[in-house]
Amino acid sequence: MRTSTGPGGDAGTPEIVDTERRGPLAIVIGLLVAAVLVLVAFFVLGWAWDLLRDKSANRFLVVGVAIVIGVGGVFFLYWAANRVIDFFPASFREGVRPYIFVGPCLVILAVFLVYPVFNTLLTSLRDARSTSFVGLANFRFVFSDPNMLRSIRNTALWIIVVPLAAVSIGLLFATLADRLRRGEAVAKSLIFLPMAISLAGASITWQLIYSYRPAGFGSNIGLLNGVMLGLGQNPVKWLELQPWNNLLLMVILVWIQTGFAMVVLSAAIKAIPDEIIEAARIDGASEFQVFRRIMVPSILPTVVVVTTYMVINAMKVFDIVFVQPASAEVNGTVVIAERMIRWAFLNRDNGKGAAIAIVLFIAVIPVLIWNVKRFREEEAMR
Amino acid sequence: MSTVVVPPTTPTAVDDPQPRRGGWFVKITILVIIILWSIPTLGVLITSFRPEALTDTTGWWTALAHPFSAASWTLENYRLALDAGGFGNAFLNSLAVTIPSTVIPITIAAFAAYAFAWMDFKGRYVLFVIVVGLLVVPLQMALIPILKMYTQGITLFGMQIFPDLGLQGTFLGVWLAHTGFGLPLAVYLLRNYIGSLPSSIIESAKMDGADHFTIFWRLVVPLSVPALAAFAIFQFLWVWNDLLVAYVFLGGAGQNRVLTVALRGLVGARGENWHLLTAAAFISMALPLVVFFSLQKYFVRGLTAGSVKG
Repeated sequence: MRTSTGPGGDAGTPEIVDTERRGPLAIVIGLLVAAVLVLVAFFVLGWAWDLLRDKSANRFLVVGVAIVIGVGGVFFLYWAANRVIDFFPASFREGVRPYIFVGPCLVILAVFLVYPVFNTLLTSLRDARSTSFVGLANFRFVFSDPNMLRSIRNTALWIIVVPLAAVSIGLLFATLADRLRRGEAVAKSLIFLPMAISLAGASITWQLIYSYRPAGFGSNIGLLNGVMLGLGQNPVKWLELQPWNNLLLMVILVWIQTGFAMVVLSAAIKAIPDEIIEAARIDGASEFQVFRRIMVPSILPTVVVVTTYMVINAMKVFDIVFVQPASAEVNGTVVIAERMIRWAFLNRDNGKGAAIAIVLFIAVIPVLIWNVKRFREEEAMR
Repeated sequence: MSTVVVPPTTPTAVDDPQPRRGGWFVKITILVIIILWSIPTLGVLITSFRPEALTDTTGWWTALAHPFSAASWTLENYRLALDAGGFGNAFLNSLAVTIPSTVIPITIAAFAAYAFAWMDFKGRYVLFVIVVGLLVVPLQMALIPILKMYTQGITLFGMQIFPDLGLQGTFLGVWLAHTGFGLPLAVYLLRNYIGSLPSSIIESAKMDGADHFTIFWRLVVPLSVPALAAFAIFQFLWVWNDLLVAYVFLGGAGQNRVLTVALRGLVGARGENWHLLTAAAFISMALPLVVFFSLQKYFVRGLTAGSVKG
C-alpha cells in the first residue's frame, strides 16, 4: 500500500494527500452530503421503528431491532458516504472528507442547539409575551434586580467551589484507587453511585440529611439534626442558615459530580504508559515526584476538560436549588439558571428568561478562550 | 527489579513495592471518602426497606440500632412500586430510548472528534469553539423551540423553512433531541482524548498509505475505548435518568412512557411518599449500575502503552 505515499515520504515528513485545494465548493459539497446523510439515517431509523411497532406485538423484538438499526445504521451511512467520496477526483477528495466527518455533528447541533440560541437571542429583545420589541430593557433588569445580582454572585461562588472540590477529590481518589491491589472497582463504584441516582432520587437523598422539623411537628428525620440532638443541641434549619445554606447545596452537586471527575481522570491516569512510571521509580523518584512530574503533566489536558465541564454544569445548575422546599429568594440561594427557569416558565416572562440565558452564554466566554488556547498549544506541540 | 531474584510464589511482596509504602495512608483516605460518599445513599437504601409508618416518625439511622427486629423492615415499598401498572413496558421503552440515544451521539461525535483532532480543514477552530460553547446552552431553553419545530416546523418571515415532520411523541424525536443535547460534551471529551493520542501512530499509518477512514476505524476507535466507554456511561445515565426530555417529547401517559415518567406518576405530586420514592430510586438505579460495572473493565491500564513501538 506504499504506492499512494508521495515522493516526500522518505525523511519522516509524511507528505500525504492533504495538500489539495479546498475551496468553498468543497465545504458546500461536504456539508450537503453530511446533511443528506443525517436525514437519511434518521428517517430510515424512524420508519423502521414505526413499521415494527405497528406490525409486531413483541416489544422485546422491536427494541432489539431498533437498537441494531440505531447502532449499525449510523455507522453504515458514514462508511457509505466515505465510499461515495472516493469517486471524486483525487485533488478534491481530501478537501471534502473532513466535512463528511464533522458534517452530521454540525447539522444536528445547528438544528437542536444553534437554532434555539438564535431564537433565544431574538426573544430576549422582546417583551414578556414576545409581542413587541423592547430593546435592552430585559438586560437592564438582569443587571439591576437585587435577586438577579444576588444570583450572579451566588453562581460565581458555585463556579469556583464545585469544580475545585469535585476535581480535587476526584483526582485524589483516582490516584489513590489506582494503587489499590484489590477492590479498585468496588471503591470507584461507590463514589460513582450518586451519578446513577436520578434527580428525584438525589433531592430525597439529601432531605434525609438536611431535613428540619420544628418542635411539635414530628421528630427530626434528617441526619444532621439527628446528630445535633444527639449532642444535646437544638435542631438547626440548615437550608435557611444564610450564607452557609449555599455551601450545603453545593455539597449536593459535589457529591454527584465527583464520580464523573474520578472516572474520567482515572481513565487518563491509566492511559499513562506503565514503562514511564516504572522507569521513574527505578531511577529513585519518590511517589510524590512521580505524581507531580509525570502524572500531573500527562493528565493536565484531561483536568482542563473535566474542570470546564464542571464549571459549565455549575453555571447550569438549577434543579438542586429549585426543588428545595424552602424558597430560594427568601433564603438567598438564588442562582442564574434557577432565575431563568423561574422567569421563563413560572412568571411567564419570555423576554426576561431569554435575557438571563444570554447572560449565561456570555459568562462562558472566558472558559472558551482558555480551551481554545490549550487547543492551539496542543497542536503546536505535535 | 530484574536484579532481585525472588521465587515467583510471593509476587505481592516484591512485584509492587511502592503501594506498600503509602499503604495505610492510601487505604484510610479511600475509606474516609467512601464512607462520606455512601452515607446519603445508605440513607436511601435503608429508608426504602422501612415501613411507611416508621419512615416519617423516626430517623433512618435508628433502624441500625435494632437491625434484627422484623418490625423495622419490609419489602412492601418495592412491591408497591413494582406493581404499579405498565412497569415492564416502561422499562422496555426506557431501553428503546436510552440505547440508541447513547450509541448514535457517540458514533457521530467520534467521527467529528477525529476530524477536529487530526484532519485539516477550513473553520476548524471556529467550529470547535462553537461546539464547546454549545455546552452551556441550558436544556430548558432549547425545549420550547424544538417542541414548536416538531409540531409546526420552522417558519421564518412567513415562509416554511423547516417542514413539520410530526416527530412529536415518536421515539425518533427523542433520539434526535438526546443526540443534539449530548453531542457537545461527547465531541469535547472525545476530541480531547483522540487529540492526545501519540501523533507517531497516526503518522506512521498515513505513511503506510491508510486513508482517514481506515485510520479512524482501525486505529483511533480501538485506542479510544476507555474514553468511549466513559462517555457511554455518562450519556446512558443521563438519558436513563432524564425526566424532562422524555416527558416533553414522549408524553406522560400511554404506550410510550418511560421508566422515570412512570415512577414520577407513581410518586404523586407532593413527593412526600418517601418510602415509595426511595424504593423507586433504587429500582431505576439497577440497570445503570449494571452498565457501569460491565463497562468498567475497559478502563484498563496502559491501553496506548506499547502501540507506539514499531
